[in-house]
Amino acid sequence: MKILVAVKRVVDHNVRIRVRPDGSGVETAGVRMSMNPFCKHAVEAAVQLAEAGGDAEIVVVSVGPKPATDVILTALAMGAQRGVLIQTEAELETLAIAKLLAKVVAEEQPDLVLLGKQAVDDDSNHVGQMLAALLDWPQATFASAITRTAEGLEVTREVDWGRVTVALPLPAVVTADLRLNTPRNAALPMVMKARSKPLAVRPVEDFGVDLTPRLRIEAISPPSERAAGRTLGSVGELARVIADDVADLEAL
Amino acid sequence: MTVLVLAEHDLGTLSPSTARLVGAVAALGPVDLLVLGEGVDQVALDGARLAGVARVLVGQGGDLAAGLPDSTVAVLAGLAPNYSYILASAGATGRDVMPRLAAKLDLMPITDVVAIGGANRFVRPIYAGNALQTVVSDQLRHLLTLRPSAFRPAALGEAAPIEPLAHAPVASVARIIAAHRTPSDSPDLSTAQIVVGGGVSVGSAEGFKLIEQLGKALGAAVGATRAAVDAGYAPNDWQVGQTGKIIAPDLYIAVGISGALQHLAGIQGAKRIVAINSDPEAPLVKLADAVLIGDLFAIVPQLIAELDRLGVRR
Ligand SMILES: Cc1cc2nc3c(=O)[nH]c(=O)nc-3n(C[C@H](O)[C@H](O)[C@H](O)COP(=O)(O)OP(=O)(O)OC[C@H]3O[C@@H](n4cnc5c(N)ncnc54)[C@H](O)[C@@H]3O)c2cc1C
Ligand SMILES: Nc1ncnc2c1ncn2[C@@H]1O[C@H](COP(=O)(O)O)[C@@H](O)[C@H]1O
Repeated sequence: MKILVAVKRVVDHNVRIRVRPDGSGVETAGVRMSMNPFCKHAVEAAVQLAEAGGDAEIVVVSVGPKPATDVILTALAMGAQRGVLIQTEAELETLAIAKLLAKVVAEEQPDLVLLGKQAVDDDSNHVGQMLAALLDWPQATFASAITRTAEGLEVTREVDWGRVTVALPLPAVVTADLRLNTPRNAALPMVMKARSKPLAVRPVEDFGVDLTPRLRIEAISPPSERAAGRTLGSVGELARVIADDVADLEAL
Repeated sequence: MTVLVLAEHDLGTLSPSTARLVGAVAALGPVDLLVLGEGVDQVALDGARLAGVARVLVGQGGDLAAGLPDSTVAVLAGLAPNYSYILASAGATGRDVMPRLAAKLDLMPITDVVAIGGANRFVRPIYAGNALQTVVSDQLRHLLTLRPSAFRPAALGEAAPIEPLAHAPVASVARIIAAHRTPSDSPDLSTAQIVVGGGVSVGSAEGFKLIEQLGKALGAAVGATRAAVDAGYAPNDWQVGQTGKIIAPDLYIAVGISGALQHLAGIQGAKRIVAINSDPEAPLVKLADAVLIGDLFAIVPQLIAELDRLGVRR
């Protein structure tokens, strides 16, 4: 089986971001960047499928600026064999990313594409579903378990009322949720080894995809702040505060 | 400018989110409400009574009942040419379906919308709600998912006509082989007026019974942090936050929850927040409207008794 995993470099999820005062965007200069957490789960899932199935090739791909090779190296250290960076300085829309990934799928012909369910910077939750549409492949989003079967895959998905398990033929697109697995921390020898694995850097222009944005970002603003409230002295006081709130609700 | 809203329903009941979606977009044009699935007669009837709905279209048969994304998208793509706006709730179904439809139609969707500023201007949170993005689209058609909690529900009005939808038979290549439904007798979390949330410090599934008990006393929905869900103390569909459900209750009572960035992402719309926590420095304590510092295992049972004594019951 051949698995393609898409990984994105984002502002580290522990960083408290700052909106630029002029409303032009979020400050990313000098901010710690790392692999999108959901993508880590996708890489781990690929490695586990490879370990369970004996023979699998894992290719990782990222679309982004040159430093995005760092997140590809992280994936290579976790166990992927080969990396591709589609290099661009532009912040592309999710549809453009999906189109680029579809081109990579056409070249690589994987049986399965694994992605994170969402990128924690734009919080879009689009690319996997878009890629599945462009390829006309089945999709299973928000996966919390993946098993290989004779016919394809069984994927358990987290949905609004619980969990649902779907059977999919391959090829397919699966997006990873956080409960899918616990991503490994690559040991130092693996990190060293990753540096000698093939990593192709290719300019975005090579793919012949129209990257013109469809949307205009008019402004980026900070959310309204909450003011600190008051500290209560007793459970009785707490109960009265809650009772008052409930009375206000009933009055509506 | 006509609008197509994909109705959200479960177990033959229209979800409260649909009224909010209709309420949010009724000003943009007459709304056709699309109901897909089997056993949806009551859903269609209830949808028909929402003010702003011009027609209810009911699509049945084939694989539609399973709600698999390829078949849902096939139906939506067939209808798309007739509409300027196509929208769904930003829940598991809408998130699964809308980007797939968008790519099929070569459009950029705008998802998780929390405010609509005119015909083509939408506001959506990014970075776990730590920034708000105002997006303008000049595309021919707008494909949206909306966070229902950010909008007021449509009122009830005259019943709109219900029409069966003629569509080509749709079949999905995927198949549902198992489903696990979290049993629940509490209100819908995403639209509840009061939510009681528990963190990992609740300590066990048994301990969560205490949170549920407090919820019950207040007629509240119950939520949980990712840490509590990961630990197996609460089911996955209770998770509130960046990765879970987005809530905007009038009152959120957070019990033993630190208030990590990703949890706060789910509760920004809460009107009032009450926190019970042993740590006065917890981020959630810093932004709650009212705080009681102490041990939740001591406080919550007393609180339930005290609320009962005060005659609070919903
Ligand atoms: C990509 C990503 C997405 C995430 N998405 C989500 C999400 O959607 N939702 C979410 O919730 N989290 C999410 N998280 C996890 C999040 O970062 C936190 O780890 C999580 O919210 C912490 O949960 P908690 O408050 O239960 O636990 P902790 O942070 O461990 O806090 C426990 C709190 O309980 C208090 N406490 C302990 N004992 C008692 C006691 N006896 N009485 C009273 N108080 C007590 C402590 O003071 C502390 O404040 C995500 C993380 C990542 C990386
Ligand atoms: N620039 C990118 N390069 C590679 N993969 C990406 C990129 N952007 C998004 N993805 C993939 O798509 C998933 C969902 O991202 P999004 O739709 O942007 O929330 C991510 O977890 C990645 O797996």
